[in-house]
Amino acid sequence: MSGKIAVRYGLQRSDFSLNVDAEIPMRGITGVFGESGAGKTALLRCIAGLEQAAAGRLVIADEVWQDETVSRPVHEREIGYVFQEPRLFAHLNVRQNIEYGQRRGRRSDTGFDEAVELLGLRDLLDRPINTLSGGEAQRTAIARALLRSPRVMLMDEPLAALDRARRDEILPFLDRLHAALSIPVIYVSHSVEEVIRLCDYLLVMEHGCIVAAGDIHEVLLRADLPLLGGEEAGAIIQATAIGHDAADGLTRIAFDDLEMWVPGAYQVGTPLRLRIRANDVSLCREDPGTSTVLNALPGSIESMREEGESCVLVHLAVGSGHILARITRRSRAQLQLEPGDRVIAQIKSVAVKNAPAAGR
Amino acid sequence: MASTLGPLLLSVQLAALTTLILVILGTPLAWWLSRTRSRLKPAIQAIVALPIVLPPTVMGFYLLIVLGPYGAVGRWWVEVTGEALTFSFSGLVIASCFYSLPFAVQPLQSAFDALGTQEVEAAWTLGASKIDAFFTIAVPLSAPGFLTATVLSFAHTLGEFGVVLMVGGNIPGETRVVSIAIYDHVESLDYASAHQMSIILVTFAFAVLLSMFLANRRLERRSR
Repeated sequence: MSGKIAVRYGLQRSDFSLNVDAEIPMRGITGVFGESGAGKTALLRCIAGLEQAAAGRLVIADEVWQDETVSRPVHEREIGYVFQEPRLFAHLNVRQNIEYGQRRGRRSDTGFDEAVELLGLRDLLDRPINTLSGGEAQRTAIARALLRSPRVMLMDEPLAALDRARRDEILPFLDRLHAALSIPVIYVSHSVEEVIRLCDYLLVMEHGCIVAAGDIHEVLLRADLPLLGGEEAGAIIQATAIGHDAADGLTRIAFDDLEMWVPGAYQVGTPLRLRIRANDVSLCREDPGTSTVLNALPGSIESMREEGESCVLVHLAVGSGHILARITRRSRAQLQLEPGDRVIAQIKSVAVKNAPAAGR
Repeated sequence: MASTLGPLLLSVQLAALTTLILVILGTPLAWWLSRTRSRLKPAIQAIVALPIVLPPTVMGFYLLIVLGPYGAVGRWWVEVTGEALTFSFSGLVIASCFYSLPFAVQPLQSAFDALGTQEVEAAWTLGASKIDAFFTIAVPLSAPGFLTATVLSFAHTLGEFGVVLMVGGNIPGETRVVSIAIYDHVESLDYASAHQMSIILVTFAFAVLLSMFLANRRLERRSR
């Protein structure tokens, strides 16, 4: 499928305004990334036709869905919307839920069996909705949206309401969808991990505006973005305060089974968002022992991307999270680093951005 | 026995017809109340709730005036049908609809409020028009509300006395419903007949309410 999705919307509310003008490819997964309240969900709802007050223009490949004179009602926009919550119909079982959109669809790109297979729902078809786990429910919701035969899938943080175990249960299914389907997906997320793992393209939103758009690798390196890229290129890690050293003014934090020291005093149990910049991470082959660097984490190299003449941005898996390290090409050659290698990441500085652990 | 069954059957007929009309008319009204941001909403809600607060005699008094042959509605009815509305079964149905209105509208509105917008929005995105989504999603998911509205309207109409007395009077086979008949029996010191009818009514009312709460429990368990 060729062409683009052209989106232009303005929406004014007392506490919020949306003002976007973007082009989204008709293929792959496009991430819409930003902090809570940046307008990501509002943008999806505009595309779906759920925001009646929104004025704008929406063109899907060759079809005009909305402009100054026409606006297709929600049910005539061929979209597959996966909400943050599964929003299943409690009076219907899994099969009936999945068939709800299919029976109202006009075309049939994805077959029932294909969708059921892709999302591993074969054994759940006759189950009532109230017996499903969170992950099973969200998989059902994704299959239901797929069988509407949408021209574009809209996914609004489909994993945000799930715990980590459920998220890890669903992510492989999303990978499979990505590989198996040609339908373009617009994927709203505030998770760098999800965006890095799933997306091909990225829109970055701030205060209701799009501040960056393009191929994910380019956008992640954008120097002018406060969230990603350039000097600020780095990763965000979600951790919990587990102890406090009053004498040295440090807080012990944990994420997964790894622990670090961060400056400042935080109450035990406080969820902390840590930002580790690529420039603050150096890599060693072996544990360097005592050093002025407090934090050293074991990790493995997932990928490396050359930057400019002399640098390499290394993408590391640490626990279940990811961090970036910016090293020189010379260092890479000296240490003979390759993807898959296990290394120790020395982290010179960790910034605590105290943000809620979850949210819209 | 015929004199016992007659008023009972009339009451059941009246209650059934009233309930049917109220569910049909009350559903769109409750849906509108649940979805609207109109400034009229509190006023409409207050009007709907009036019969709960007012003594039935007050309701009955105004209805008698409006439905009577010189009232706005009553005169029109006489012109169209040639019959008077007051002291007739039709008049009783209309009066009962006003009298039991809150018992249909309020449970429905609560059910629609509790439903929220999530599932209905999801149905729209799956290609269901607003009407389609209402009947295939909103109505089934609000089933406990419909059950409560039906049973309460029915039971409340069955137990009505003051409004009937004012608007309908006491015409056997036409307006002599069970509550009036019992009052009559007591007045004439025929306690045996009063007992007979009362115990039937008590048993019936308990059975209906019990089945409603049992069914509601099942419906709620399903949706959890």
